[in-house]
Amino acid sequence: MPETELREGPGPDAAPAAKIAGPSAPGRQRGTSRRRFGPDGTKGTLAKIVLLGLVDAVAVYVLMMLFFSHSWTVLAVSAVVVLVINWIYLRKGGLPAKYLAPGVLFLLVFQVFVVLFSGYIAFTNYGDGHNSTKDDAIAAIQLTAQKRVPDSPAYKAAVLAKDNSFYLLFTAPDGKVSLGSTDTPLKSVDAAGKDSTGKANALDGYRTLNFQEIVANQQQILGITVPVSSDPADGTLRTADGSNAYQFKPALKYDAAADTFTNTDTGAVYRDNGKGAFAADSGETLSTGWKIDVGMENFARAFTDPSLRGPLLGVILWTFTFALASVALTFALGLFLAITFNREDLKGKKVYRILMILPYAFPAFLTGLVWSGILNPEFGWLNQTLLGGASIGWLTHPVLAKISVLVVNLWLGYPYMFLVCTGALQSVPSELDEAARMDGAGPWRVFRSIKLPLLLVSIAPLLISSFAFNFNNFNVIFMLTGGGPRFADTNRDIGATDILITLVYKVAFGQGTGRDYGLASALAIIIFIIVATVSAISFKQTKALEDVNS
Amino acid sequence: MNGSAPRTAPAAPTTDHPTAARGTTDVDYLKSLHRRRTFGAWFKDKGWRHVVGIVVTIFAVFPLLYVLSAALNSTGTLVGSNALFSKIDFGNFAALFNIPSRPFARWFLNTLVVGGVTSAATVFLGAMAAYAFSRMRFTGRRVGLLSLLLLQMFPQLLAVVAIFLLLSGISEVIPALGLGSQLGLIMVYLGGALGVNTYLMYGFFNTVPQSLDEAAKIDGASHTQIFFGIIMRLVTPILAVVGLLTYIAISGEFVIASVVLTDPDSQTLAVGLYSFVAQQRSENWGVFAAGAVISALPVMALFLFLQRYIVSGLTAGSVKG
Repeated sequence: MPETELREGPGPDAAPAAKIAGPSAPGRQRGTSRRRFGPDGTKGTLAKIVLLGLVDAVAVYVLMMLFFSHSWTVLAVSAVVVLVINWIYLRKGGLPAKYLAPGVLFLLVFQVFVVLFSGYIAFTNYGDGHNSTKDDAIAAIQLTAQKRVPDSPAYKAAVLAKDNSFYLLFTAPDGKVSLGSTDTPLKSVDAAGKDSTGKANALDGYRTLNFQEIVANQQQILGITVPVSSDPADGTLRTADGSNAYQFKPALKYDAAADTFTNTDTGAVYRDNGKGAFAADSGETLSTGWKIDVGMENFARAFTDPSLRGPLLGVILWTFTFALASVALTFALGLFLAITFNREDLKGKKVYRILMILPYAFPAFLTGLVWSGILNPEFGWLNQTLLGGASIGWLTHPVLAKISVLVVNLWLGYPYMFLVCTGALQSVPSELDEAARMDGAGPWRVFRSIKLPLLLVSIAPLLISSFAFNFNNFNVIFMLTGGGPRFADTNRDIGATDILITLVYKVAFGQGTGRDYGLASALAIIIFIIVATVSAISFKQTKALEDVNS
Repeated sequence: MNGSAPRTAPAAPTTDHPTAARGTTDVDYLKSLHRRRTFGAWFKDKGWRHVVGIVVTIFAVFPLLYVLSAALNSTGTLVGSNALFSKIDFGNFAALFNIPSRPFARWFLNTLVVGGVTSAATVFLGAMAAYAFSRMRFTGRRVGLLSLLLLQMFPQLLAVVAIFLLLSGISEVIPALGLGSQLGLIMVYLGGALGVNTYLMYGFFNTVPQSLDEAAKIDGASHTQIFFGIIMRLVTPILAVVGLLTYIAISGEFVIASVVLTDPDSQTLAVGLYSFVAQQRSENWGVFAAGAVISALPVMALFLFLQRYIVSGLTAGSVKG
């Protein structure tokens, strides 16, 4: 076996190959027809070395960054992963792993891990006001909970800019001028230019902002808190309008021994309430808290909180209705069209076909936006042009909005069903059709008893995956109605056309209400469970498992 | 009207007593009868199909014409766009490329880059996995295929919160891969590279005869030579289908992209165009429509051009609408 000897060389799978290659080799258990691969060429080996070298270079950089950021657990896991990758590609044999490793790595991190991570987040109170450790929260409370010192003098302020950052120039009532910013504590300056009222408004090396610029950068300027000294207890200077400034001092004093905050004015004491926040005896909590595990509370809240329970049940019901109705409508229209145009001798068939599948080629996220223009109750084409200035709330009336969403999804989805039904219909043998007609069956009978059952065999798995897809059909809902019109019986941003996935998105990243990652993940887990149930049933129903066994 | 002979027409009335005068009327009568029958039969047989076709075509095409008309009408507002094709100019297109706060050209480029890189990498990773599953027998092969089938049931967007927090954790260590980075977004998308794609390719790889590999092996080809030199060339159609479907899916992906890409300069078309109309839908309508037309044209052209291949891929299990 000269080839076997050749393979002792650089080939990654050479060692096991030598053992089991020849027909006479002992201990062979796998198929007799299987031969081993030839050795890697010089080019292949070179490419392997270069690629692995690049991967390792990046990996070393990542590991170093992890080391410097003291993330020890992640560092350990990453180091193991890098070692495993090198082992897979440097050892001899184990060929399947070499082909599977890159895809599986991404799959594990960005599909499997994130799902497990969602599961973890669902059991925490992670979200706005609860996104860090308790120590961070204590520091943040001291910094943010500041109030104006009563009867403190008003400073005149001017906004200066240097190197793209803003500074405040203060003129004290006694005429002393000082400069500072959030990062640079207050310090006196002498050579400031003053206007007629004695207010300092210019300084060498800095540019003074005019009124328009102050308005344009309002958020940043209001956010400037200038520490009076390096001791936080001395408080800060802030401006509310860019021309006057006042002194602020911490309103809450932290007592490390007792782990409490005390309000310096009212004397109220805030204690760790065990729910990731400091709370007073009156029940009032400080807005900055920290992340803790809350067990099943997010799930309990979803189904007991009065502002959430009713709307959530409505959303779940509508999610099922939407997914089922979408599949039913698109399939019905698609099948009807497939039957209608399943005639070889129909003139213009090709033109119809191209024009009718155009919606399918149109990007889905644009569909919702375009239709939202057509259906706009005030200015839309449907009300203004077709209905001559009517004001029907196509997107603002709860029931009409639901119908609109279904119609738009029908527009988007029927071409797919049309295409797959046409394919399936053409694979039904025409002999069956003829035989049934010979036996005296009418067209309807032929369709119902012969074509439809045959069709469903091949279409059913597609209907199930279409259901799963529409269950999470975010784009149509979000782009068309944004989930609206909002329910009247809740102060949350939940509306009549919201489905579960849009609700998850709004709870986690919505505007206005605070971000609540814990609750959003809990809702995502509920979707997981529903989808898993549906797919488990569909697995039993279809023959998908048998294909795998081949 | 068409010329197909109506077999269902009844036998002509008896003309046992023909007279010269009556003959002509009979013929006329017959002709008119013939014509009416033919139309009725034709309608019953085919005409209604044309009616259905025309109605559905109007339903299908109208929104596309509407957005095209709005794009070509520089009045620009939602109300002004209602009179279809009342005014045709390219003012909206000029305006589209001249808004510094909403860099449409960048969005377009970003979409091409993110979609292109993701679909190329997806095709490559999927093909490697499909090759392993199709041509090699190893422990865990069946479990692996089953897991892929199961995992594809759970779309990535369900874990969007965890993806956001994971990337915000990554940005603290390596900003280039974290929030706001297109590379980070591409990595997230590659998490879905296996799954349905691998399954689609696995089926196609199985149709390539094993004897080709065997012959190459006998000639001493290495596994990489067989993979790149033989298999990849024979499965080009499925590679094109998977690549195109991935590109279409990624270029329209909104949820994850909107969470990851926060800076307008790095956003994709889906995120950018949404932000364009999210606040002031009716004022920006014309410019948005122009953007929509430009965004949709390449995808639609590709789709119609490769329609035949895509349809074959669709029936194998991937779903869009």
